[in-house]
Amino acid sequence: MDFPEELKYTEEHEWVLVEGEIAAIGITEFAQDQLGDVVFVELPEVGDKLVAGKTFGVVESVKAVSDIYSPVNGEVIEINDELPDEPEVLNTSPYEDGWMLKLRLSNPDELDALMDAAAYQEFIEQD
Amino acid sequence: MKKTVLNQLHHQAGARMVEFGGWEMPVQYAGVIAEHMAVRETAGLFDVSHMGEIEVSGPQAFDFLQYATTNDVAGLVDGQVQYTALCYPNGGVVDDLTLYRFAADNYLLCVNAANIDKDFAWLQSLPADSDFSALTLINRSAEYAQIALQGPLSESILAELTDTDPGAIKYYHFAEGEVAGIPTIISRTGYTGEDGFEFYCPVAEAVNLWQALMDAGTPSGLVPTGLGARDTLRLEKAYALYGHEITAEILPLEARLAWIVKLNKGDFVGRRALLEAKKAGLKRKMIGLKLTESGVPRESYPVLCDGCEVGYVSSGTMSPCLRQGIALALVEAEIADGTQPLQIGIRKRHVAAERVKLPFV
Repeated sequence: MDFPEELKYTEEHEWVLVEGEIAAIGITEFAQDQLGDVVFVELPEVGDKLVAGKTFGVVESVKAVSDIYSPVNGEVIEINDELPDEPEVLNTSPYEDGWMLKLRLSNPDELDALMDAAAYQEFIEQD
Repeated sequence: MKKTVLNQLHHQAGARMVEFGGWEMPVQYAGVIAEHMAVRETAGLFDVSHMGEIEVSGPQAFDFLQYATTNDVAGLVDGQVQYTALCYPNGGVVDDLTLYRFAADNYLLCVNAANIDKDFAWLQSLPADSDFSALTLINRSAEYAQIALQGPLSESILAELTDTDPGAIKYYHFAEGEVAGIPTIISRTGYTGEDGFEFYCPVAEAVNLWQALMDAGTPSGLVPTGLGARDTLRLEKAYALYGHEITAEILPLEARLAWIVKLNKGDFVGRRALLEAKKAGLKRKMIGLKLTESGVPRESYPVLCDGCEVGYVSSGTMSPCLRQGIALALVEAEIADGTQPLQIGIRKRHVAAERVKLPFV
């Protein structure tokens, strides 16, 4: 499985890509594999304030409903509008086409609490 | 957790395993949607060895089954299969099952995995109420493995492995023969809505039978198929599933199963209650709903009409063939027959759904 070095990871299997004070968020390769075929995605709206550790959306596979948790605090500035129409992109391209939304970070220091690729890999191997 | 004799093969094939009815079973191999489409377009192979088999034999076997089950056993011939149910005296359902007639005095019942012990105990309790003495009941579940080959290419795949002419076995009939040299009940039945066969073989031979079928079918697109696809396939065809459409709290008449309840065949367990319910008018009905907006309906979600709850989803999924949310729902009879707009409550949303004729596909 692929866990890009430039991303940060959470125990809820989300990834974060930071550029300055903007963070893109999605779900990991491991998450999409565990879910199976993704058939539905529910995302927040631009302007919504996300709270670290709280749910901001839902991903559904044929068999299951999974909440998505925000890794950090921030305000939604962009949504991936393609996802609701093509939820299977989360399976085929979780790190690129499958990005979910972009946030303006309230507190960039929070990122220090997230795992790097090596720590995340270790985390899922233990789990 | 119990394991079928094919458990090791599933792990080797990379299946994701889940608990189902007390058994560790494969929910998917390559993916639910790919497996679903394979069964609709080519063929899929299912391990259904967790299912139970109960022999009912003896001079009073026929009379006993007429009394214990809801369908009419009288019309059957040797080598025929019948879909039927066991009811409680109050009309609720103990289990749904298929009944195999080997001879006028020899039958095999195929029952749901989770219900094997319950069904066997129930059947054993019935003769005490009546005068069935010349009767033998044997739980043979541990002796049989069961493999289902389903999909339009099933007959041609099977034909490579048997001297029995599969084309001569009609739908809901069976033959006893050999498949890949293994003694097998070859039953033209299934739970997918496609053509196909279910094989009952000795447990010790099941691995060989599975591998022979995979070897014969792989070139034409046969894939191993898990319980995930089994559920979406049956739901697209609106087949009832025990624990969802079939429970002790739902009458078979409410669950679109009146066709297996023969109220005029003579007395049977549950008949009086079912006659009374029919005479009084059914209060609830099972209907098919298709979402007209995006979303996935799931078990126990409420069905809404004018903001009021008028029923619930008994089974729901995203249909891989239609790419829309579909649901079987048990709703108030007046609403079921009406034309009022309906919605399904999915978390905080009220998602529009239309009544559709069944099956969905």
